[in-house]
Amino acid sequence: MSDIILQIDGKEVAAKPGMTVFEAAQSAGIAIPTLCHHEKLAPYGACRICTVEADAGGRTSFVAACLYPAEKGLVVRTRTEQVNRMRKVLLEQMLSHAPDSEDLLELAGEYGADPHRFEKEPSFCILCGLCVRYCAEVKQKHAVSFFDRGAKREINFIPEIAVKECWDCKECFPLCPTSALQAAYVLTESLLTPPEEPSSCGGCSSRG
Amino acid sequence: MPRMKSAAELEEFRQQILAQRDADQPCFTLCSGSACHATGCGPVAAAVEQELEKQGLTGKVRFRRTGCHGFCEQGPVAVIYPEGICYLKVKPEDVAEIITETIVNKKVVDRLLYVDPTTGEKATLENEIPFYKHQQRLILGLNLEIDPQSLEDYLAAGGYQALVKALFEMTPEQVVGEVKEAGLRGRGGAGFPSGVKWDFARNAPGEQKYVVVNCDEGDPGAYMDRSLMEGNPYAVLEGLMIGAYAIGASEGYVYIRQEYPLAVENLEVAIARAEEHGLLGQDILGSGFDFTVKVHRGAGAFICGEETSLLKSLEGMPGEPNARPPFPAIKGLWNKPTNINNVETWSNIPLIINRGAEFFNAIGTEGSKGTKIFSLVGKVNNTGLVEVPMGATLRDIIFKIGGGIPGDKAFKAVQTGGPSGGCLPADLLDTQVDFDELTRAGAMMGSGGMIVMDEDTCLVDLARYFLGFLSDESCGKCTPCREGIRQMLKILTRITNGQGKEGDIERLQDLAETTRGASLCALGKTAPNPVLSTLKHFRDEYEAHIHDQRCPSLSCKQLIAFHIDPEKCRACGACLRKCPAEAIDGGKKRIHVIDQDKCTRCGSCLDACPAAFGAVGKLSGEPVPAPVPEEQRAIG
Repeated sequence: MSDIILQIDGKEVAAKPGMTVFEAAQSAGIAIPTLCHHEKLAPYGACRICTVEADAGGRTSFVAACLYPAEKGLVVRTRTEQVNRMRKVLLEQMLSHAPDSEDLLELAGEYGADPHRFEKEPSFCILCGLCVRYCAEVKQKHAVSFFDRGAKREINFIPEIAVKECWDCKECFPLCPTSALQAAYVLTESLLTPPEEPSSCGGCSSRG
Repeated sequence: MPRMKSAAELEEFRQQILAQRDADQPCFTLCSGSACHATGCGPVAAAVEQELEKQGLTGKVRFRRTGCHGFCEQGPVAVIYPEGICYLKVKPEDVAEIITETIVNKKVVDRLLYVDPTTGEKATLENEIPFYKHQQRLILGLNLEIDPQSLEDYLAAGGYQALVKALFEMTPEQVVGEVKEAGLRGRGGAGFPSGVKWDFARNAPGEQKYVVVNCDEGDPGAYMDRSLMEGNPYAVLEGLMIGAYAIGASEGYVYIRQEYPLAVENLEVAIARAEEHGLLGQDILGSGFDFTVKVHRGAGAFICGEETSLLKSLEGMPGEPNARPPFPAIKGLWNKPTNINNVETWSNIPLIINRGAEFFNAIGTEGSKGTKIFSLVGKVNNTGLVEVPMGATLRDIIFKIGGGIPGDKAFKAVQTGGPSGGCLPADLLDTQVDFDELTRAGAMMGSGGMIVMDEDTCLVDLARYFLGFLSDESCGKCTPCREGIRQMLKILTRITNGQGKEGDIERLQDLAETTRGASLCALGKTAPNPVLSTLKHFRDEYEAHIHDQRCPSLSCKQLIAFHIDPEKCRACGACLRKCPAEAIDGGKKRIHVIDQDKCTRCGSCLDACPAAFGAVGKLSGEPVPAPVPEEQRAIG
């Protein structure tokens, strides 16, 4: 099949059918930031840092580059003033949860995001879902999952599956852009591992 | 009645039903929609059955329990035919009189009629009541003629004529063309042209296609779709079948809220009856068109009203949106081309096919055709469901139909479009009900929620309330929606608590811009509307909260104080007795004083103080006057 020609940041880019704007940009050496994209995983579109401005069908709108299909004649701008501003605010929102994440701080520097702009709520997780999706799509184990919805959404290991699957895998650890995953895992591990010498702990009464 | 195998058999059945009916036969019609259930139509219905039997009228007088009539404020509503006499707030003890006087003796029971609060005039017939007079009930009006569980009633009212016309006189292309020409736009919120959407699904490659009814109405206070499904499920099914025929689908789903038990029941009865009569299933009426419908009960997530989330939920997965494109018309339910429309949209289809595109597109404005049903609630006299032609003004709806604002209060704002709609102030009351006009004004049509607010409503607090709702109902998948709403809610909560800071308005605007621009689905993209529209039209209220710690509506509890004017207090003790916090100090012939440290600002004292004294007042943004010294509290 012939290539699809689209325009990204004023540059003509040839994309293969089925490619997303993100992939087309990547192939042309145009960097679009992302925190939830992974080449082994289906596009998800959660972090929205890859938001770009696109003119399609006579309309200008903001789309997630990791999801939007590369279409013939599409005109994409990856660094407009408004796009930069939205990325800045998104980073500030994520930094309120994971203020020490190196990945986030690096991007914050680039976009002028203030890590202290919004009230801290250190859950350490930005809910990019890399661990959840990697475990489901690549490992097909579903040992880590999302729980609840809206502002209460969080990730957790499913103890029954984790106890069987996670010890020797831990492939999700390096994917995590913050330290939340390890923290969640350590917590799960401590709950699942029986104390080596249960009797060595005298319980709270021994403190008395 | 066996399965009907042709259009002729259906027509014959209809004629049989009509032949058994006498247009002059008295009929006691009782609204039994959800709102009238709440106001007690159950005991009234029992009383009607009992009284008819007692007077030996069972069989001679028809008793029909119908879906919602719309005038919920005055329920339970009864309409007596053939005259069309409308009785309001009917109680079981009124029933005997209605039957004896009106049905037997043909006299009107005066005391149950509508009384115009301004002129004092009474209205006998339903269509003389201003609430109904200014409406155009093309869709909702059928509710009055039909017992929602009776296929015979629907047929007697002309039901399934549109289906027959579509199946036997029109090609699928012609049906799509008719809907396109009618200019029907989706009633679920986005207002996308329905015919164009149908065309996408029709032209999408694939053998298996689906049609879906979105009855996951989740806006607080809105019940348009509920009332249509409860009151006239056959019309929804007929519309759905016509759509399925046009698109080339043989299976349909109705996604309906579990919290709508009556709608689920009536829909399931309607499906069963239609199947028995050959109006669903294989080779419908001998046309070769096959169609079946399944009912899926939603578990109550607001996000499942968004079409891609709804489809995910139908597939048994968590209701989270997918990015579009691909649109459901291309890749929908189980990746097959799917057309999903909301209940009201489907209900419009039989009307369009029966009366033609020209009839339909003659109603409304340039860009919005037909009628729209609104659920008119809040600080308005006549709450209920209203159906108006597109182009009616908000003023007409709120004042002519809604009867204005209760008490002597002033209108302040109207919120259209549900929790992610926008608030419009008094100077925009002449805005027309039209998809594009409302959007231009900073609100939106949404699915038809309309909440009226008076001068006592704080709009900063209102924005906080809606953002709280959206924070709970966001799926949490994407950052700008989940985090943007979270941060906006935090700021709004702070402002209403009197802890607003310099820069909060700018922070809100920044967050709103990002949430609107970068969110994955319509929930996030519209979530900032309550903030943006109140900031646009009521910015001074935000500023008063932030800069002066003052709530201009005297509503935000943390920013108000109650005070008893010592000059006006007559020591009647009413407030002292009502105060649940024991915060009022007083006694016989002693000026009463509120202890501000104990006061919980519940407002009981203000309600309790006799109007003739008017001693209790609310303050905001100003110091509470020092209490009168103990020794000066005696009233001479």
